[in-house]
Amino acid sequence: MVVTNLETVPGRRITKHLGLVQGSTIRAKHVGRDIMAGFKNIFGGELKGYTELLQESREEALERMQQQAAAIGANAVLNVRFSTSSVAQGAAEILAYGTAVTLE
Amino acid sequence: MVQQLRWNNHVVDLIIFLTLLVLGYGFGRWAEHRHYRSIIKREGELRHIITFATKVPPPGQPEPDTCLVQGSVVISIDYFKRFLAGLRALVGGKVKSYETLIDRARREAILRMKEDANGKGGDQIFNVKLETSSISKGRRERIGSVEVLAYGTALIASHPIPAGVELDTGIQ
Repeated sequence: MVVTNLETVPGRRITKHLGLVQGSTIRAKHVGRDIMAGFKNIFGGELKGYTELLQESREEALERMQQQAAAIGANAVLNVRFSTSSVAQGAAEILAYGTAVTLE
Repeated sequence: MVQQLRWNNHVVDLIIFLTLLVLGYGFGRWAEHRHYRSIIKREGELRHIITFATKVPPPGQPEPDTCLVQGSVVISIDYFKRFLAGLRALVGGKVKSYETLIDRARREAILRMKEDANGKGGDQIFNVKLETSSISKGRRERIGSVEVLAYGTALIASHPIPAGVELDTGIQ
């Protein structure tokens, strides 16, 4: 499965366009990380726990998007975009979406 | 008696506030200095990886593989700077204390994306996008920390040209 945020894949021709696919996940942080974040709010600096959490959820969103693309018979997802939004206090939604196509 | 107690409470509050302010100022400055030093050093090391905001790579490359690369970071502001920003919100104008926060976060995210590309063997990244979101709001909806995500498509030459072999350009 080719996943790219370009609109074409260099050297390959698109044979079929299969529409938009997406994958999303909502994660909440646990209390321990929240307490650490409280300290960091005083001293400043990177919140490593949050970085990891969001990175993991992004992997998962990508994974789900690829599953959806595979289910409709695509072998590539083009023009992938990410979007993050905080839906509730302490929880973030990560969305990955793109266009599923078949390449020759 | 009750008034005395209330007065004492105010004094304790003030002492806590001032302590946090001083701690925030000291540690925040130190952390920022250290971070900028590390950013500048790593930017120098990764200068050979070129990033483009254009969507289409130039033609003529020997059918490269593509790979999505990304880097992200969550950075929090310190207590002192948040206080300064709060004061600034009264009169309006440039909020300098947040400018360095966003700048650091963006440069760090781009660096991590480049490190990702470097690890996968790519040296050009196309269609680089930056996304910023504030993930936790503190009291009274003030920005507590920001997340910056940088992502793009790395081109990985699938048939690297071995050193010493001259390219057949067709020019005699």
